[in-house]
Amino acid sequence: MISLTSPVKTRAHGWPAAAKLAALCLATLGLFFIQNLWAHLAILVSVLALYAAPGWQFLRGGLAKLWMLWPFVLIVALFHLIDGSVIPGLVILLRLVSAVALANLVTMTTRLSDMISVVHWLAAPLRRFGIASRPLEIAIALVIRMTPVLLAKGRALGDAWRARSPRRANWRIILPFTLLALDDADQISDALRARGGLLSTEDT
Amino acid sequence: MEKNVVLIALFAALIAVLGLIPKITLGFGVPITAQSLGVMLCGTVLGARRGTLAVLLFLVLVAIGLPLLSGGRGGLGVFVSPSAGFLVGWPFAAFVTGLIVEKWRNAPLTLVAGLASVIGGIVVMYAFGIAGLAYALDKTMLEATALVTAFIPGDALKAAIAGMLTAALAKARPASVLSRAA
Repeated sequence: MISLTSPVKTRAHGWPAAAKLAALCLATLGLFFIQNLWAHLAILVSVLALYAAPGWQFLRGGLAKLWMLWPFVLIVALFHLIDGSVIPGLVILLRLVSAVALANLVTMTTRLSDMISVVHWLAAPLRRFGIASRPLEIAIALVIRMTPVLLAKGRALGDAWRARSPRRANWRIILPFTLLALDDADQISDALRARGGLLSTEDT
Repeated sequence: MEKNVVLIALFAALIAVLGLIPKITLGFGVPITAQSLGVMLCGTVLGARRGTLAVLLFLVLVAIGLPLLSGGRGGLGVFVSPSAGFLVGWPFAAFVTGLIVEKWRNAPLTLVAGLASVIGGIVVMYAFGIAGLAYALDKTMLEATALVTAFIPGDALKAAIAGMLTAALAKARPASVLSRAA
């Protein structure tokens, strides 16, 4: 499965993921303490400059991901225009866009494998208390593998429906689909058990 | 152990796939998809604890950058966007839904699972979603509520579907409906 990491390689791809995440937390927290309009404007311009630094393709990818915010921008803009409180409205909007842009920036510059290492590291305290983190890691791998498999099975069900009915598939198709998922779960858990179970390898 | 972990993983995948079913966006950018049906099913089929874990697993995968949310959205940005409250509410929605199905056993499963989905998947989820919306857009709770009421009929329909599906699954694969096992 393709993750949302940008294919455009930037210097930030090499930075430690944990550090980027910690910096993101602090920056987002900081955004909510700043009330000054000009400060927010300066922040947004610098965030967009960060997007522009790796080149046109990276900037375009980043802006496309920010596009999902337009309904919220529209609502807030209309509300504050009618209300007459334009400055507070602008502060809310700039903060909103900057926060999402910064978070997307970390996602775009961090590889999936690095993110999974952070999850592994965060699960370390569990291991100290004798709770194995291996089931969590296997579960993550299973979801990544099974989502396209289930999607293909869902499409096949949809095709089967269309081959037999003049009408479009409706919600009834979810029952056989969920049954397929449950039966897959049975077979995968049998397969896992046959290979020695979840806790068979070294790091229990 | 294996079966539990695999079921949790497959229901997380199920939420993802339900999000890829063709969707309609009714204004305000919160798209109507079957994804919240997936959250309801996690509760009604897997029960409170495992259902919550499945939803949390799904959210971890979204956070680490997989485009699993409806419309191919994902990454850390969605957790600071105005609709983040709904995502935060998902595990609680699955937990409450599952808890009701586990505890309330002296009524038909269709009815119990449907009502549990209404309470968990609508009341609980919208409480979180509206609070998040109000906070992010700096609006009152009432104003935020007005923005999302358009989505409630769709979710009520999904709750009814979740009820019927759960009852049908309990008939077809009783051993896999963990909320009613033992």
